[in-house]
Amino acid sequence: MTSTTLGPIPVALASPSIPVVDPDAPLLSVRDLRVWYELKRWGFAHAGDVRAVDGVSFDVARGESLAVVGESGCGKSSLMKAILGLNTPTAGQILFDGRDVSALRKGDLKWFRSQVGYVQQDPFGALPTFMNVKRILEEPLIINGVDDPVERQARIEQALIEVKMSPPAEWLPKFPHMLSGGQQQRVVIARSMILGPKLLVADEPVSMLDASVRVEILKILRKLQEEHNLAVVYITHDLSTVRYFSEHIFVMYAGRIAEMAKVDDILDDASHPYTLALLSASSDPDARNALVQREVPPGEPPSLVHPPAGCRFNPRCAFAMEGVCDEREPPTVEIKDEHLVHCWLYDKEVMGDRPLGVPARKELVDGKPL
Amino acid sequence: MTTTNGAVREPLLEIEALQLHFKTRSGIVQAVDGVDFQLPRNEATVIIGESGCGKSSLAKAILRLLPRNVHDFSGRVELGGEDVMLLNDEEYRRHVRWKRISMVPQAAMNALNPVLRVGEQVAEPAVVHLGLSKDEGLQRALETFAQVGVPADFLHRYAFELSGGMRQRAIIAMALLTDPDLVVLDEPTSALDVLTQANIMNLLKRVKKESNTSFILITHDIATSSELADNVAVMYAGQIVEVGDAASFFEEPLHPYSQKLMASVPRLSGGDELEFITGQPPSLINPPTGCRFAERCPARFDKCDQEPPIFYKGERWVKCWLHE
Repeated sequence: MTSTTLGPIPVALASPSIPVVDPDAPLLSVRDLRVWYELKRWGFAHAGDVRAVDGVSFDVARGESLAVVGESGCGKSSLMKAILGLNTPTAGQILFDGRDVSALRKGDLKWFRSQVGYVQQDPFGALPTFMNVKRILEEPLIINGVDDPVERQARIEQALIEVKMSPPAEWLPKFPHMLSGGQQQRVVIARSMILGPKLLVADEPVSMLDASVRVEILKILRKLQEEHNLAVVYITHDLSTVRYFSEHIFVMYAGRIAEMAKVDDILDDASHPYTLALLSASSDPDARNALVQREVPPGEPPSLVHPPAGCRFNPRCAFAMEGVCDEREPPTVEIKDEHLVHCWLYDKEVMGDRPLGVPARKELVDGKPL
Repeated sequence: MTTTNGAVREPLLEIEALQLHFKTRSGIVQAVDGVDFQLPRNEATVIIGESGCGKSSLAKAILRLLPRNVHDFSGRVELGGEDVMLLNDEEYRRHVRWKRISMVPQAAMNALNPVLRVGEQVAEPAVVHLGLSKDEGLQRALETFAQVGVPADFLHRYAFELSGGMRQRAIIAMALLTDPDLVVLDEPTSALDVLTQANIMNLLKRVKKESNTSFILITHDIATSSELADNVAVMYAGQIVEVGDAASFFEEPLHPYSQKLMASVPRLSGGDELEFITGQPPSLINPPTGCRFAERCPARFDKCDQEPPIFYKGERWVKCWLHE
């Protein structure tokens, strides 16, 4: 075995114009991002927009893991595609290492793609069926100018060892259909790591896997993240896996951020009514669960073409205040260090003498006796 | 069977030595291989297992929804004291399926016919199996819709006009329409969002409390399973390896596989380091002799080369030599 590690590929090959960046600046910085899809009538007339992401800002530091939690249709996939440079933002900016992602062209774009790994949700769908593992892992290296076959082989083997597929020689000739779901996902992770990226975007990487395999994949991701000082954007709908993997988290609802905090703060001290609803709906295995009715907000997420005025959660919120929540955009309140909530219930002026926040929070999360 | 207060729990469904083997090009797949369990009346049993353990095949075997490549289908399935395995397919279709056992299939929300109005489809089991007229059937569907929380006017809509959660409710309404003794739910919430999932589980809990229906819930999601379970059965490689009441099972699973499985569930509360099970489940074409989990089992010893019988521990049982 050679001592090659999964370092970045040689700079000269990677990017023609690497700017000097401040190592303390966030690696990824999303500024008031909007991703709207235009709806057309008769193929040309403007008929409105689907506001999939509508004003989202956050930073990801080097080596930090951030979880994005939300239900389907909340805009998390659009956000992810924008980060990967697959969607052009309608407004706002995505800065990676200080450079605007949507302005990157040709060589710079290639450099950007080598810096950002992508772990797909469905591993079998993400792997080409006609390529064996070796070919799958070799292709990014060929494209990015690693011309020496010996070096390529060393990098491929190293990548397989890092995802616990050893000895590599056993796996190299296999085709995706010969692998189990967990093994396929490990190949996907190896592929995303092979160019030595600084950022990994993981889109529900374990949602299609069995419980016993899920943990193994999360542990591999965690280890890679720590060893390579990787920044990770972990997209999920499952709050229970978040604590094991991420330090920071934000909850998205209808294209906006509802609450953003450290993971422990969200799980132990959730403050937005929507986050509380998500927590109430998730549970740990316990026979007592069968004895309660969960508190689920009525209705469904709103249309993103005509989102409700004011707070987007207000039509479903048990604590909505008439004349406030349905008219005015909720403020951003920092209720604790690094814990931001977008909710009128935390606004001192609106609440006046009433206690701030959601009343009877614990009862809400525990559910009502059946 | 007795409950803690001494009342006799009459079993609704008794399954003994049930086998369902399929013939494939690579060999005989022993998808269900000697399954035993009992389901008490008006209770819910959840069957937990990973993909490929045979849990959906078990559901199909109970409902006799068999594909053409069946190699061996045998055993005893007693429903309310009657051995339904003695019925031929036509008799089973007429007297048992829908009338007494109905099913909510996997990915049920995509099971609705897109060109028929929802009401017509939901009413169909009542028309076909209970001999009601079409209008009576629709009336019945309307009542069931109210029970599961689907607005009445959805009767006249098409499937695409309903959200995933509403479609799932409509399918559950269909399964409840004939007032069956038993409803088999195969992963009823796995494709739904968390809030919708919680909604459907709320609904099932309510229906179970208000009606005399029993449920078999098949799932790989252990946290969700605990939302409905009175009893838990753990399936591994075509066999049920442990059965017990939910309270003691979630407190202290007996089989090493169940223990490992429980230790792999991420918890909201954090807590213990998560574990995973190394290796793969065995192939169902040539399953190992002896205990099928032995190869991956941390507590393996000499005896595991022989097939473990059922060991009873009070009301619970487990197929593992550690509990001899």
